[in-house]
Amino acid sequence: MPLDLIVNVVVAGVLTGLVYGLMALGLSVIFGVVRVVNFAHGEMMTVAMYATVLLFAAFRLDPFLAVVPVAAAFFVLGYALQAGLINPFITRPEHSQFILLVAVAMIMVNVLLVVFGPDARSVQVDYQLESWALGPILFDKARVYAASLALATSAALFAFFRFTLTGKAIRACADNWLGAKVVGLDVKRYYALTFGLGSACVAVAGCMMVLLVDVTPQLGPAYTLLAFVIVIVGGLGSLTGALLGGVLIGLSEALAGLFIAPSAKSMFSFGLLILVLLLRPQGLLGKKS
Amino acid sequence: MSFDRRRFNQTLAAATISSLAPFGIVRAQSSKLKVGVLLPRSGVQGFIGQSCQKGADLAPAVLREMLGVDIELMNADTESNVDTARTRAERLIQEGAHVLVGAFDSGQTAAIAQVAEQRGVPLVVNVAAAPQITEQGYKFVFRNFQTAIDLVRNGLDLIGDLFLATHTVPRTAVYMHVNDTFGQAMTRGIGALLPRRTQLPFKIVDTISYDPAARDLTVEISKAKASGADFLLLVCRLNDGILLRREMVKQRWNPMGIISPGSPGMYEEQYFKTLGKYSDYSISNVPWYNPKAPLTKIVEKAFLKQNPKDKMVFHALNVGFTFEALLVAADAYKRARSTDPKTLADAIRQTNITSKMTLGAPIKFNAKGQVEGIDSACVQNFGGIPRVVLPAAAAETKPVFPAPYFKKT
Repeated sequence: MPLDLIVNVVVAGVLTGLVYGLMALGLSVIFGVVRVVNFAHGEMMTVAMYATVLLFAAFRLDPFLAVVPVAAAFFVLGYALQAGLINPFITRPEHSQFILLVAVAMIMVNVLLVVFGPDARSVQVDYQLESWALGPILFDKARVYAASLALATSAALFAFFRFTLTGKAIRACADNWLGAKVVGLDVKRYYALTFGLGSACVAVAGCMMVLLVDVTPQLGPAYTLLAFVIVIVGGLGSLTGALLGGVLIGLSEALAGLFIAPSAKSMFSFGLLILVLLLRPQGLLGKKS
Repeated sequence: MSFDRRRFNQTLAAATISSLAPFGIVRAQSSKLKVGVLLPRSGVQGFIGQSCQKGADLAPAVLREMLGVDIELMNADTESNVDTARTRAERLIQEGAHVLVGAFDSGQTAAIAQVAEQRGVPLVVNVAAAPQITEQGYKFVFRNFQTAIDLVRNGLDLIGDLFLATHTVPRTAVYMHVNDTFGQAMTRGIGALLPRRTQLPFKIVDTISYDPAARDLTVEISKAKASGADFLLLVCRLNDGILLRREMVKQRWNPMGIISPGSPGMYEEQYFKTLGKYSDYSISNVPWYNPKAPLTKIVEKAFLKQNPKDKMVFHALNVGFTFEALLVAADAYKRARSTDPKTLADAIRQTNITSKMTLGAPIKFNAKGQVEGIDSACVQNFGGIPRVVLPAAAAETKPVFPAPYFKKT
């Protein structure tokens, strides 16, 4: 097998993996703090993709520029969702939270179907089908941009949680809910803030994802599942774990496609998931509970 | 003769029955044929399902005009899912469908065929190529579409004609196919027929199958490009066809051309809309409509009335075969004068429609419920429009092969 083929596939796998990691970042942030598993994650990303498509259709706004308004809108949406709907469920059994978010996901899919119909929609920008060549190695421009944004978003989130007072307060709420309340932190407000941040991450992922795949209302569940696989492999609640999980899944799918059978690619990401669950149940970078 | 109470009651009953009889006749004459139309109008095949639906939607008015038959459509969305297709078929029959039409996808159609056979309701397949659908000994399943083996046979023969017409001799092909019921049936057909087509100058150097719901086909195209093949032999659907073409552009892989030996995707409107200039020169050897047939003119007029901003050429195969499936049902109903499923099935078996829209022999079902002699055309994309380039008798323009973008890998 030619070496340049292997290198090209590895490059594509890593870039795709970083995009996957960006998608899973929001899920990991929300779970890491609020301890609620967002079963509407993929559907939220689908809504963000539609928002990007609409902005492009209406104003020819490049998906990279659309990141700002879409992420801001999703921050508000996420904040409102947590404050108005999810906060009352925080102390309820996990199955109630699960059903609540599945219901939210179903409503999102059906509203999208009603509003946009089942048609696939996409944006068409100049760089979408372009690539850079470094000798025989090709770098897909859209993937490079999306991967760079994934790294930048992760770094920004990391800096926010590490160096800002609000970020430290959110971490305090995540580490010790009761202790945070005792020292006077408004825990539910910080939860809403976190859900808003997680939703903004989902929005960034949606804006980038629309460069790579056409969006349909039914796209969500597959991406919810993929995001789960990634964060479980990387470690629920870990930002770097989400990126690492994404890269591992992207790379394993690419290599499995190259060396075994392309149609069996997703089998290997689930195989990896089982392996991690057996050997390191908390995920590669997750903390033991 | 005494006229006692018993006799009075008998007379009254007889009078009542005889007075109601004419209304009964009128009801039988004015009853509609309820046709359950099952199509994947959402999900991964949503676009094609909706395209087929256009053929169903225009049928009642056209068939009323042509045959004087009233049809009531009962539409159901299979959501591109085999299980949903099965349950929707059950529901349509419970709700009173006299005949089913559908369902574009082989897997979904096979599931619906089982239901139709169990419940004794005729199914007229519009589009679905898996041979097993008419190989099960079913009595209520009829198909006016090529089987995968016919698609491949016609598709490969047209590839030979294409090379002759363009004086090209490609030596190698990489074969890519979607890994679903249809894709596997086509692959078996190619495996069986290609070695016997000694006039074809090429051999397949690599076979790559991929998931029909794939989100990313980077690796697949990397492998195909690395094969160094002269052209891409492709069995795809719509969404994956678009993904593949995009990835070919990104990876700067410019083979002599992309040729489908009989699959959907590359002649669909969305393929043109999404890919723009990159949709050009793709070739599909598929069953197609005859643009010169009188029925085509009638259907096209009805199509434009219902879809004034659309062009029928983007829906040619889907509209043509879906309309013809409804034509088969309406024609049988007209002859049977009954909505009884068994009587309808018997009438469908006797079908002989010579004035048809699609290319090929008249619509006549063999003992297995299969129409034989349906022809394919070689359709190539030019300037955002699919055009017939072969056979020469039906050609609208000349084929271009290799494509102008061709560069040796």
